[in-house]
This record gives sequence, structure tokens and C-alpha cells, in this order.
Amino acid sequence: MLHYTLRRLVAIIPVLFIVSIIVFMIIHLTPGNPAFLILGEDSSPEAVEQLEQQLGLDKPKVVQYVDWVGNIVTGDLGASIYSEQPVSEIIGERIGATFSLMVVAMLITLLIAIPTAIFIVWKRNTVMDPLFLSGSLLGTSIPEFWLALLLVLGLGVAIPIFPVAGYVPISEGIGDWLHHLLLPGLVLAFVEIGLIARMLRDSMLESLNQDYTKTARGKGVKESTVLVRHVLANALIPTTTVIGLTVAGLLGGTVIAETIFTIPGIGQLLIDSIHRRDYPVIQGVVLFIACVYVLVNLIVDLLYAFLDPRIRYD
Amino acid sequence: MLSRKRNLIPFVFLILLFVATITAEWWLPVSPSVMDSGLRLMAPSSENWFGTDHFGRDLFGQTIVAARVSLLVGFTVALLSTVLGTITGLLAGYYKRLDSIIMRIIDGMLAFPSLLLALALVAALGGSVTNIIIALTFSFWPVITRVVRSSVLQVKTIQYVEAAKTSGVKDPVILARYILPNILSPIIVQGTFIFARSILAEAALSFLGVGVEPSIPTWGNMLQESQIYITLAPWFSIFPGIFIVMTVLALNLLGDGLRDAFDPYAKGKKKARKRLFKQKKQYAS
Amino acid sequence: MLEINNLKAYIDTPDGIVKAVDGVSFSIKAGETIGIVGESGSGKSVLAHSLMQLNPKPPVFYPQGEILFEGKNLLQLKEKELRKIRGNEIAMVYQDPMSSLNPVLKIGDQLMEAILTHNPMTKSEARQRAIELLTDVGIPDPKKRLNAYPHQFSGGMRQRVLIAIALACNPKVLIADEPTTALDVTIQAQILELMKRIQEKYGTAIIIISHDLGVIAQMAEKVLVMYSGRIVEKGNVEEIFYQTAMPYTWSLLRSLPRIDSEAHERLLSIEGQPPNLMNPPSGCNFHPRCPFATEQCKLVDPELTERSADHAAACILSEAEFEEAKKRIETKDQERGQGHD
Repeated sequence: MLHYTLRRLVAIIPVLFIVSIIVFMIIHLTPGNPAFLILGEDSSPEAVEQLEQQLGLDKPKVVQYVDWVGNIVTGDLGASIYSEQPVSEIIGERIGATFSLMVVAMLITLLIAIPTAIFIVWKRNTVMDPLFLSGSLLGTSIPEFWLALLLVLGLGVAIPIFPVAGYVPISEGIGDWLHHLLLPGLVLAFVEIGLIARMLRDSMLESLNQDYTKTARGKGVKESTVLVRHVLANALIPTTTVIGLTVAGLLGGTVIAETIFTIPGIGQLLIDSIHRRDYPVIQGVVLFIACVYVLVNLIVDLLYAFLDPRIRYD
Repeated sequence: MLSRKRNLIPFVFLILLFVATITAEWWLPVSPSVMDSGLRLMAPSSENWFGTDHFGRDLFGQTIVAARVSLLVGFTVALLSTVLGTITGLLAGYYKRLDSIIMRIIDGMLAFPSLLLALALVAALGGSVTNIIIALTFSFWPVITRVVRSSVLQVKTIQYVEAAKTSGVKDPVILARYILPNILSPIIVQGTFIFARSILAEAALSFLGVGVEPSIPTWGNMLQESQIYITLAPWFSIFPGIFIVMTVLALNLLGDGLRDAFDPYAKGKKKARKRLFKQKKQYAS
Repeated sequence: MLEINNLKAYIDTPDGIVKAVDGVSFSIKAGETIGIVGESGSGKSVLAHSLMQLNPKPPVFYPQGEILFEGKNLLQLKEKELRKIRGNEIAMVYQDPMSSLNPVLKIGDQLMEAILTHNPMTKSEARQRAIELLTDVGIPDPKKRLNAYPHQFSGGMRQRVLIAIALACNPKVLIADEPTTALDVTIQAQILELMKRIQEKYGTAIIIISHDLGVIAQMAEKVLVMYSGRIVEKGNVEEIFYQTAMPYTWSLLRSLPRIDSEAHERLLSIEGQPPNLMNPPSGCNFHPRCPFATEQCKLVDPELTERSADHAAACILSEAEFEEAKKRIETKDQERGQGHD
């Protein structure tokens, strides 16, 4: 297990290197002079020069990259051109909302996907199964933002049981917090529910055909116990790997959900910064999300190894 | 037989949509670009089937015309990603030395949630049809690279490939004539799924206001504009969305169907059949 | 105690109906051991799973027959009542110990599950019982091993655990479906020895299923020979081995490697494939592979007829005809064998 952990840790180094290069290039891919682009058409040459110096754009690219990585490693993501606030500080202010939204979305996903998969496997010889398969395919074909609009229309306007905008921090009451996050959480969860339930169904059906399932039945154990204790327990292990993918989906979707439901998280920050051409913030947010994603995948991999006794004890 | 019929329906839908959108000017009863301030945000009627927008323009016509850019972006991204992904995947799978370099880069690119990578690139390049295509291609081709690479690794060890290698057939010939034909099916299937995902992604980017220029009609742009009228004119949001869902669903069904058609042991009916057969063998002993 | 009457178990496949078990009858008393022998594909596994009602339904269904356990017909019991019997009154040991234990649960949990399902006990009592069971089946250091996972055990050890699971509730009938096929020869002997010992200790009735006549000879008193879903010969071990009355049994015996024979003697396998159960041959099912087959065999489907008190066989040949045919083949073999040298 220790060996495996070390190997996985070493493997993320090249990934982080590529990530940093891609993020670094965001500002240098812009057509024309980035400083000119940021300041606008009618800016004075002095101002452009000053900004170039501030961003270090006058130095060779390699030097710029090394400086930039050096700063990041020490926790300095630069400062916003728009508000001049340090990027790390801005992200820090915004992360709570995004994290809350992701947690709610993840809970909704698992709370719906796992029972659905169990139910479908239980009813595997009925029409429920093909119905579910078509449903999950339809689910992955619906754009999140459109679903969000429909939900706003249905549950926010027609039958107003949920607020359609805003965010209340958890410190001001968990009920209010949850009330504001349920609708955006549901939007985020929607696509993932289909994917996870489908994955889980497939691996449960696989596990159902295994000999140990027969052994369990042969003990005279109830079918529900067979499905949960034996089949699900085995099927969940490969499904944990998909949770990494789910987090990716949620991280992408959070941009949309935060924009529609005006939640002040990093997704909304990213979109606002793109509109403002606030490159240090864009770079900071993209880098942050990519690192979170790499980290989540690392944790999922280790969790997978931990859950499977065959790997844990090797 | 059934799988063929299942493939036919989404295929016919996509063809019809394609023909309808490129010939729209000739057959649309109401021109989608004509503004009429007296007809603003009208509900669906026999005149305007999908209602009208805030400029009084016909939404049915707009929805049909908007398919052009959506399909164009989706198809181009699918094509480019497939070509790039196939080339890199072939190289990574075939040449051990290139493998680690290419796959490290691919892993790095896959470290971004795909919508985020596209957003980052659009932020750098600016929003336009071309840039959206570049950004989405960049986000999706690593997926193809992975699929192709793992297929190549499987096919590479098949005897006739080994035989060709030892008898001195040149590498490019082996890649093109011995390996590629054998891995085409997963590439086509994945390409279809990327087509679907690109349409969703383009719509999302345009909806967020960082995609295709607002002046060009796409489903995403329509939904972006409709957003503020959601309570006043829900049809404005509903119809373009339905078209996205139908198109993406058609592509997903097609991808699923193609996978079944290519793979004799694929999902659905055939998988159940296989399972049954396995049980039969197991219990008949 | 367990009585099977004209049991039929068919499998509904997309290609047609497979008659995996086609009219089987036998019975077993407490403390008795019955061996069921046959090639793979003869339906013996479906038969074994039928006795526990463990065949997946669908595709398996039972068009006819009864399985009477202490007077109750298992085919008519509700799932809930069946569960009270499964693992409690009738238990099973499976073919592949490597895959028959749940890889993510501890050995102790899997064993205690079997105990707690049928006995109202506290967890610690069940734990105590589990330790006893593991000791019983010869697992060293059982207390510690309760916390181990299956992959930490060898194949033979896993089979011991599976036997412990089967014995958890002192079942009246133990069905062993090819219990030693997946194991090494030395381990095989140990496992068979263990089962015998347990039978002596608890008076369990054992139904042992194998393709290996050696295993059957070692364990069983009565033998059923199965071919294409039917019993083609049944009798005591001695009768089956020394007064063989069915060509299929005779072919099976000939395919046994003999330790007492000379080393270079060829192993005689039965020619041809087991019949397609979806579309069985006309007449006697065995005739396409039978060295003694006559024109008559293609037309007549022989019934299981008594040869002596407990001995029955399904063949149209009389004892004398069979003896003569056997001799004919054996001399031919000998000639061929000599020519070969």
C-alpha cells in the first residue's frame, strides 16, 4: 500500500507540469499584446509598458514561466488586474460557495444513484431495466443549463418552493444554506446520477453472476442482503473510480450552475474574469480547479486501493 | 436486425435536420430574421409555431437555422479530434519511446474537466466559431488518443501484425494497413459521442456568453438571450433546448447502436443473450 | 429424508429449450453418501443446484417432478420458506473455492453470516461457533484467521472455509458439487477425508457430484451415472464398478487412469461430444458414441430397468450380450496395443 501510494504520488508530477504549462499559456495564446488587450484600445503606451512590467511580459518566455511557477509554489498566484486583490485571496473568499455546492450535488448524486441501481438490479428481469437504460441515455443528452432554466421555471417560478438565486453561507443556518443549494445541486447532479447509476448497475450485474453470490444465496440469506452486502459491496469498488470523473463533471458544471443561480463561487468568478479579461484570476482559477481535480483523482485511486482488500494487503 | 432499425431512426433524424437547416431559406414560411415590434414575445401559434423572440422574430425559423452552426461545430470538432487523436494514439501505442511522452501530455490535458479546458482556451483566444472549434478539439482529442492507444496495444500483438513486422513491412504501412482498419470501430463510436458532447459544450459556452459571437444564431446563443424572458416567454427557452436534446440524444443513440453493431458481444439484447449462454454452459455441466 | 421424483429442470435459452435434467429420481437417507457421476454437460450441476433451488429463474424452470425434503416439496415452497432450508437443512459446497468466497468480506464475517442467518445468537456466540467450525475443518489458528480475507488463503484452505460455511447450521444434507476439481491431488485427498470425518461425526447425508470416478469410489456407497440429463445407471459402488451394465459407465471406467496397470497403457477417452441437449439424438441418447450401438439403439430410448435389487441401467443390451460385446472390444484393444508396441 505504501509503495502504491508513493508510486501514485510520483506519477502526478509530470501531470502537474503539463497542467502548469497549459495554464501559463492561457495569457500567451491571446492574439496580439496581452497588456494592450487588457487595458483596452485607447490605452497610453506608458500604461501598457507598466502593465507589461507588472506581469513580467517583457522578459523571455522561459524566464517568465520559471518566475511564475516559482511564485505559485510559494503560494503567490498574482493579483487581479481588476480589483488588485491577490488571486489566492479572491479564490479563498469564493471557494466556500463552490465547495458547498459540490458537496450537495455529490450527496444528491449518490443518494439517488445508488438506490436506483439497486432497484434496477433487483428488478432486472422486468421492463424497468430497458426503461432505465433509455432514461440514463436521455439524461446524458440534456444540457445542464437548459435543465436549470426549466427547474427555475418549474420549482422557482410556477411553484415557488425554491429560491432561484443567491447563496447563504452555512454559518447562517444549515437549513437556509441547503434550501438555496438544492436546486443548483440537483442541476449539477442530474447528468452524474445517470452515469453513476448506469456504471453501478453494470458492475452489480457482473457481480451478480459471480460464484460468491451463489454461496451467499446458498446460506439462505435474504435476497436484499445478497444484493446489498455481497453484490453492492463488490460493485462499489470499481464504481469509486467513476467518482473522480463525477467530480470533473461537477467542477465543469459548477460554472454553469453558479452563473444561472448567481452563486458567488469560483465558477462565477471564472466567467466574470473571462468577461473582464482579468488573466491572473483566470489562470489562478483554472490552475486551482485542475489541481483539485488531480488531487481528487489521487484520493480516489488510493481509496480504491484501500477498499479492495486484495490491493490493501499486498 | 433490430440494432439496424435502432440506428436508422436517429440517423434519419440527423440527416433531416441537416437538410432542413441548410435549405432553410427556401422553405421556411416565415423568415427568421424579420423583426416585427408588434409581435414581440408571442406565444406559439399557427403563424409562429415556436412563438417569437424579443425582437418579434420567428423562433421556429431561428431554431432551424441555429442548427447550422451547432452541427458545424459538433461535426468539425468530432472530425478534428478523431484525426488528431488517431494519429497521436497510433504513435503512442506503436512506438514505446513516444508512448510515455505523449501519454504524459495527454494525462496533463485530461487533468482539466473538459468544459474548463475549453473555457480557459476560449478565454485566451476569444469567442468565435473558429476558436470554439479549436478549444473543443483541444479538450476532446485526448479522449480519442487514449482509446486508440489502448486498441493499438491490443492489436499490435496479433500474430499477423508481428509477422508483417518481421517480414520487413515499413512502419507507416503497418500502421495504416494492418492496425488502423482493425481499430476503426471504437474510433467511429467515440467520434460520434464527441460529436454529441461538442454540441452540448458549444451550447454551454455560448450560453455562458463566452462562445460563438452573439450575432450568429446557435442554440446556445438563443438560450442565452432567452434567459431573462424565462417567466415571460418560456417557449423561447424550451424549443431550442428540445432541439439540443433531440440532436444529442440521436447522436448518443447512434453511438450506442454503432457500438452494438461493431461488437458482437455488445450491450443490450446481445449482452443478455451472452449472459444467458454463459449461465447455460455453467449450469449444464 | 430427501426424495427426488421424476425431476425435470429445463433451461429456456434464446436458441431453444435445454433439457438439463430430464426426469431424475433418487432418494437419500441420513448418514448415506450418494455419488453422481457424469461428464461436464450431463446436467449434474443443474441437478445439484435444483436441490437447493439455486438455479436462476429464469432461465431455469421446472416443468415436472418433485423434490421432497422431509415431506415438503421444495418446488412448491415460497422463497421465504426455502431460505429457511437453504444453508440450514441442506447446504452446499461449490466447485471453485477461488471464486466462491466474497473477496471484500472477512472470512469470519462470511462464516458468521451463515451462522446468524438461521440461529438466534449474539455476535460473540456466533464468533465462538465460527472458531469451532474452523477448528473442525482443520484451519490452524482459527481465531486470527477470522479476520483474514479470502485472497490470503490457498485454494485448499478456502475450500475448508466453504465446508465450514456449509456446516455452520449442522445441515442434514450436504451437496458437494465437484468439491475437489479445482484442487491439487494431495489437497483433494485431504478435503475428501475431511468430508468423511464430518459425516461420521454429524451423520450428514452427502450428495457428491463429480466427473471423477476415483472421487466417487472413495466417497460414495451408492452411485448415479448421469448422461444428457438422465440417470443411465444406478447401484452400489461395487455393482457400478464390477457389474457395469451400461456402455456409458463402462466407457467412463475405461477412461480412468489405473495406478495398478502398466505405465504405458493408453488413457482411453470417450470419443465424441456429449449430445446437444437442445436437440438430442433419436433413440438412446448415447448411441452416437456407443461402441456397442446397434440399429435398434437409434430407434429405442431405453428405460432405466432393474438388473438386481438396487442396480438398474438404461440399455437394451442384456447382460450376456453386453459381456460378449465388452470382450470383443477388449481383445481388439489388446491387439491394437500389441501392434503399437
